[in-house]
Amino acid sequence: MAMKSDASREPFHLSMLFNDTRYRARTIQVLAFIMLVLAAAWLVDNTVRNLAALGKDFSFGFLWATAGYDISPHAIDYSSTSTHARAALVGLLNTVIVAALACVTATILGVLAGVLRLSDNWIVARLMTAYVESFRNVPALLWIIVAAAVMSEAMPAPNAFRGENPTTSMILWDSIAITNRGIYLPVPEFSLSLGQINIGLSVLDLNSVAIFGVLAFSLLVRRGLVKHAQRLQSATGRRPATWWKSLLVCTVPMIALFYTLGFHFDYPALKGLNFSGGLQLRNSFIALWIGLSVYTGAFIAEIVRSGILAISRGQTEAAHALGLSSGRTMRLVILPQALRVIVPPLISQYLNITKNTSLGLAVGYMDLRSTLGGITINQTGRELEGMLLMMLIYVGISLIISGVMNIYNDRVRLKER
Amino acid sequence: MNMHNVSWVRQDLISPSARPVGQNDPMRWARKNLFNGWLSTFLTVASMMTVVWITVAIAPWLGNSIWKANSLAECRQLLGGAPGACWGVIRDRWPQLLFGFYPSNLYWRPVLAFGLLFVALAPVLFRAVPARALWFSAVYPGIAYWLIWGGSLWFPISVYLGFTVAAGLFMLTARIGRGLGVSIAILAASLWWIYAVQPVTSDVNGLVPVVLDAVASRDVGGFLLSIIIGVTGIALSLPLGILLALGRRSKLPLIHMLSVMFIEFIRGVPLITLLFTASLLLNYFLPPGTNFDLILRVVIMVTLFASAYMAEVIRGGLAALPRGQYEAAEALGLDYWKSQRLIILPQALKISIPGIVNSFIGLFKDTTLVMFIGLLDPIALAAAIRANTNWQGIYWELFIFIGAVFFVFCFSMSRYSMYLERRLKTDHR
Amino acid sequence: MKMMIALAAIAAATLTTGVASAGTMADVQARGKLNCGVTGGQAGFSAPDASGVWQGMDVAYCRAIAAAVLKDPKAVNFVPTTGQTRFTALASGEIDILSRTTTWTFSRDVDLKFTFAGINFYDGQGFMVPKTLGAKSAKDLNGATICIQTGTTTELNLAEYFRKNGMTYEPVPVENNADIAQKYLAGACDVYTSDGSDLASTRSSFKNPQDHIILPDVISKEPLAPLVRQGDDQWADVARWTLNALIEAEELGVTAENVEKLSTGTDNPEINRLLGKEGDLGQQLGLDAAWAKRAIAAEGNYGEIFAKNIGEKTPIGLARGQNALWNQGGLMYPLPFR
Repeated sequence: MAMKSDASREPFHLSMLFNDTRYRARTIQVLAFIMLVLAAAWLVDNTVRNLAALGKDFSFGFLWATAGYDISPHAIDYSSTSTHARAALVGLLNTVIVAALACVTATILGVLAGVLRLSDNWIVARLMTAYVESFRNVPALLWIIVAAAVMSEAMPAPNAFRGENPTTSMILWDSIAITNRGIYLPVPEFSLSLGQINIGLSVLDLNSVAIFGVLAFSLLVRRGLVKHAQRLQSATGRRPATWWKSLLVCTVPMIALFYTLGFHFDYPALKGLNFSGGLQLRNSFIALWIGLSVYTGAFIAEIVRSGILAISRGQTEAAHALGLSSGRTMRLVILPQALRVIVPPLISQYLNITKNTSLGLAVGYMDLRSTLGGITINQTGRELEGMLLMMLIYVGISLIISGVMNIYNDRVRLKER
Repeated sequence: MNMHNVSWVRQDLISPSARPVGQNDPMRWARKNLFNGWLSTFLTVASMMTVVWITVAIAPWLGNSIWKANSLAECRQLLGGAPGACWGVIRDRWPQLLFGFYPSNLYWRPVLAFGLLFVALAPVLFRAVPARALWFSAVYPGIAYWLIWGGSLWFPISVYLGFTVAAGLFMLTARIGRGLGVSIAILAASLWWIYAVQPVTSDVNGLVPVVLDAVASRDVGGFLLSIIIGVTGIALSLPLGILLALGRRSKLPLIHMLSVMFIEFIRGVPLITLLFTASLLLNYFLPPGTNFDLILRVVIMVTLFASAYMAEVIRGGLAALPRGQYEAAEALGLDYWKSQRLIILPQALKISIPGIVNSFIGLFKDTTLVMFIGLLDPIALAAAIRANTNWQGIYWELFIFIGAVFFVFCFSMSRYSMYLERRLKTDHR
Repeated sequence: MKMMIALAAIAAATLTTGVASAGTMADVQARGKLNCGVTGGQAGFSAPDASGVWQGMDVAYCRAIAAAVLKDPKAVNFVPTTGQTRFTALASGEIDILSRTTTWTFSRDVDLKFTFAGINFYDGQGFMVPKTLGAKSAKDLNGATICIQTGTTTELNLAEYFRKNGMTYEPVPVENNADIAQKYLAGACDVYTSDGSDLASTRSSFKNPQDHIILPDVISKEPLAPLVRQGDDQWADVARWTLNALIEAEELGVTAENVEKLSTGTDNPEINRLLGKEGDLGQQLGLDAAWAKRAIAAEGNYGEIFAKNIGEKTPIGLARGQNALWNQGGLMYPLPFR
C-alpha cells in the first residue's frame, strides 16, 4: 500500500530500514552477511571442536610425506618413495589425460551420430536414434562397469598367447595384443636421443621438443603459402594450386627429422608373466575412456542435432539456390552458424566428462580421486584437508574450462546493431 | 441461365484417372530413403551389416535363455556348451535388485508409497486435477516416509506440526514486518524440530500407538533407494534452486556474489566428492555427537548438488521471460516478492518444467554413485550377487536387467518432458 | 594468527564440555545397540550367511562385547565398511568399535588417534596364485599384475617388498573383496596379495580352491586387532578385557557349554575371578559381575570361535599356528585377571 516515493522528509525511524527502498537493500545485505558469518562460524567452530576431540590438527604437511604406494599408469616419474603431493599430481595428470581423450572421442562420435540422425537415409537415422536413446538413458557408471567387465572377462589372458600353439594371437601383423589386462600397442621410439632437460616437475625430452619445433615451422610456412595464394586470387581472380605445396611443406621436414633420429616402433612382446615393451593401455583406463565416450557421445549427438535444426530452413534453401551441394551447404553455411548454438552446451558436456572421470573408482583407475582423495586420505587420515584440496582442484579445472567457453562466446556473439 | 442446352459444357462426369505411378511403391521409397546416391547406399549397407552382425551375435545367446536355474553352473550344464543367457539370476534375485534387503513380507509398503507418488504428482502433471489435490501432495512426503521406514505415524505428524507452528507465528507477526515474521517463523520451526518432535512423538504414541514395523535404513536398497534419493533430492532442491536463481539475478551485490559462488562451486566438483563428503566429513561440520542416518546425509548432499543445477535451469526460465512482464509487475506497484510470486515465478517455472524433468533424469542416473559410499544401489547389489559363489562370472544378464529398468524410467520421463515442452509452448510465433 | 588463537580458545572452551559428555559405553547402553564396524564380506571373519545373519571371528568378538555391556549378544548393528571408509566411520562415531582385520601399526595408533584393544589374530601378508602360473615363490613374480585391496597396509608392504627386491609389478587397486575375487578369477590379475587369513578365506569361497596355491613367502607382520577411538579409556578397557577374557577362558578351559556351571563357583580362583564369583573386576570396569560370563557364553572362548569360523574343520582351514596359546607354542598370551 505504501507509496514508493523516496523523497520523504520524515524523521528516521527503525521501520524505514525495512520499508524504505533507500535503506532496504543495505539492510537485507547486512542481515544476509551476518547470517552467513554466523553459519560459517558455527561450521568452523564445530569442525575445530571435532578435530580437537579427535586430537587432530589442520595442516597440509602430509603432502610432503612419503606416499609409499605405487600408481600405474604414471605420466611423470613416480615411485613409491615419492611424496603424497607428487602422487596427487600423477593422479591429476591421469584425470586430465583420460578426460581429454574422452572429450575427443565423444565429440567425434557425437558429431557423427548427430549429423547422421538428420540424414535422409531411413535406416541410418533409425540406428542413430537407437544409439542416442539407449546410451543416454542408462547411467554412465553402468557403461563404465560394462566396458570393464567385457574387457576383463571376454578377452584372452596373456597366458593364451604362450606356447607352441597359442589359442589367440596378436593382431595387425603381431603388433597389437588385446588381453584381459589391457591393450598393448607398439610405441614409436627414436634410437638417437638429443638429450633431456629437467624442468622441475618433469623431464623434458629434447626429441619431442624438436618434433614440435619442426611442426610449428611447417605450419607457419604453410600459412604463408595460403596467404600468398589468397593475395594472388584477389589480385588476378585465379587461385594457384596450393595443396601439393602444403603437403610437401608439412611432410618433408618431418620425415627428414624422423629419419635422422632413427625412428622405429617398439613392439610389445610376451616376456615372463606379461607383455612388456610398447605401450600398455590398462583395462581400467580403456573402460573409463570407452564408457565416458559412448555415454557422452549420445548427449553430444543431441546437441549437434538441435544445433543444426536451430538454423532456419531458409539458410539451406538459400545455399541450394546458390547451387551449393548439400555437403558444402553443411560445411560452409549451416555448421558455422550452428556452432554458435552447439558450443556452449558442448563445453558443459566436456565439464561433465571431466567430473565423471572420478567414476574411474569403479574400475580402479588411479585418477585424482583415488590418489589424493582415496589412498592418500586413507593412509594419512587427513580427510578434511585432502577432500578440500581435491575439491578445489576440480573447481579450478571447471573454472578454466568455463573461462575458455566464455571467451569463445564473446567472440562468436552475433553482432547485432 | 439453363446449363443443359449449352453445348460447350460437359454433361457427364469424367472417370477418375489412374493414380500417379509409384508414389507408394516400396521400391521407390527405398530408392529415395536408402539408396539416394553412393554415400547413402554405402551407409545403408554398413548399417545393414551392423544390424545383422549384432543380431547374429546376440540371437543365439538370447534364444537359449534359461530362466529356471539356481546357479551359473546349473545354467551351463543345461546349455551344454552352447551360448545362452542365464536369466535365472534375475528370477532368483529380482526382489533384491528392486528393494535391497527390505523385508519381503513388507514389500507392499514401498510399492504403495510408489503408487501414491503418482497421486501426489497428479496436480503438477495434469491440468484436469483440481488444485485442492495439492493438499495431498503436501502431506505425501510424511506418508511415504512412514510407509518406507515404518515406526510411529506420530513422528511425521509432529514434524508437520512444526510447519503449522511456523505458519501460525508468521500470521501473528506478519503485521509487524514481513521479514521479521519470516525469521521468527523459521526460528520457531527449527526449535520445534530440534526440541519438541521427539518428546511429542513418544508421548502421543504412548497414548495412541499407530506403528508400522520399523525398517532399518541399511535394508533399503536397489531401485527403491535410487527412487527415494532421486525424488527427495529433486523435491527439496526446487525451493532452494528458486532462491538461488533469484539470488543470482539479484541486484544486491553480496547476495549475487554468494549465490554465484555456491552454484559454481557445486557445479565444479564431481558428485562423488560430495557423496564422500557426506560419508566422511559431514560429521566434522556438525556439533560433536550428532550422528544421523547415512541415507539422510546423502539426501542432504544430493539436495545441495541438485539445487545448484536447478538454480541454473530456473535462471534460464527467468531469463526467457520478456522484460515486459517485469515492467508490468512494477507498473502495477507490486513489490519484489509479490511480483515474483504472482507474475514472474509462475511463468518462469512453467517454462523450466522440461529442464526440471531433465535434471531429475540426470539425478536419477547419478544415484548409482551411492554405491561408492556403501549404500546398496542396484549396481552395488549386482556386484554383491556376482561375488556369490553361485553366480560368480555372470555379468551381462544383471547389467542388461539394470540397464533396462533405468532405460524404461529415464526414456519415459524424457518423452514426457518433450510432450510438456510442446504443450507449454505459449510463445507467439 | 589472532583467528587461530580465537579458534584455539573456542576449542579449549569446548574441549572441556566435550570430555564432560558421557563416554561411548554410556552411549551404547542408552542406545541399547552396539554399532560394530566389520568387512563387507570376508568368509570366516565377517560375512552374512545365507539367512542374512552375520558370522565370523570379528563378528563373534562384537557379540561378546554386546553380551558383556548390553547383556544381549544379539544387540549389535553390523556396519559393513571398506578399507577406505573404516577409519573415518570410527573417528566420526558412526561405529563404536572397529573389528575388521585391521593391522595394528604405529601411525594408526599414534597419528590416526586410535586405541587398539589387543591382538586377536597374528597374520602376515602373502600371495595367492593360480597353479597354472607356475610360480613357486614371491621372487618369481617379477612383472606380475597384482590385485590389492586399496586403503590397507597391503599396498605399502607390497610397494616396499618389490622395491627392496628390485622387481616391478603392475598394481590393480580394488575396493572390496567381492570385486577382487571376480577380477582374480577372470584372470585380470596374476596374483592376489593380502593377509594370509584373507587369502585362505577368499580361496575357500572359490569353486575349485585346489587350483590356487598360497605362496610360502610372508612379507610382513600383520597383527590384527580391534580398535576404538582414542581418549575414552573406559570403553577401550571394555574392548581390551573382553578380548582378554575370551583368550583367558580358553587357557582356563572355560567354554560356552560349561561356563554356566563353572560360574556357580569352582576351586580355581582364577576362574572365579574371571566369572565374577570372587573379587569385583566387573564393577571396576563399570559393568556387573557376570560380564565375562556373558561374553564367553555368547560365542564361546577364543579357541572355540577360531575353530568354528576359520579352523581346520571349516572350508577356510587355517591351522592355529602363531595363534595358538602361549603354552601351546603360539603367541596368544592373555593378561592376568586380578
